[in-house]
Amino acid sequence: MKITVGGEKKDVTDDITVAALIEQEQVETPQYVTVSVNEEFIKSGTFETHVLKEGDEIEFLYFMGGGAY
Amino acid sequence: MKITIRKSDFDRIYEHALKERPDEACGLVAGIDREDGVREIRKVYLLTNIDHTNEHFSIDPKEHLKAVKDMRAEGLKPLGNWHSHPETPSRPSEEDKRLANDPHATYFILSLAEKDNPVLNAFHVEGEQESRNVRKEELLILGEED
Repeated sequence: MKITVGGEKKDVTDDITVAALIEQEQVETPQYVTVSVNEEFIKSGTFETHVLKEGDEIEFLYFMGGGAY
Repeated sequence: MKITIRKSDFDRIYEHALKERPDEACGLVAGIDREDGVREIRKVYLLTNIDHTNEHFSIDPKEHLKAVKDMRAEGLKPLGNWHSHPETPSRPSEEDKRLANDPHATYFILSLAEKDNPVLNAFHVEGEQESRNVRKEELLILGEED
């Protein structure tokens, strides 16, 4: 099936999970990545079970935060 | 790594950070990595600190996503983020280091400890969360004539 990852069209196997896509895409420091599917952020605890669908648009982002102290 | 940012973009960051005081202000930076090794910041994004405090910042994830799409549309690369320290120096705090999860990002910190004398520095942070290495980058603020 076809999905879009970071703005690029990709062919992936049907029923691929977010976790499998992270591995396939060789996302760096995957333990810190946040994922949006069709502009909705999904919980990191569901990466293994969230199955992607034809036409999904996926973005990998790193949480950006910090503090003064 | 040498990093350049336009004075007009520095001014936008500074003005936004002043406006947001006493809270921390934050945003993203985008640009290109040139073949000569210079990282050129071409666009800055002034985004919402959803923590709304003077001690922490978290960039609004929906604004983050929108900015990344805008960068892509303009042919720019996400190059890092910036945030202000309203009362403390321009150096990564322990929390900044712990949350600097992107090894390719440049982290800009604007100190407003002296409000009329803002100090902007750029840092590279890498390594495991418990033992992060911080390197201060060479930052050039370019005038309109540069």
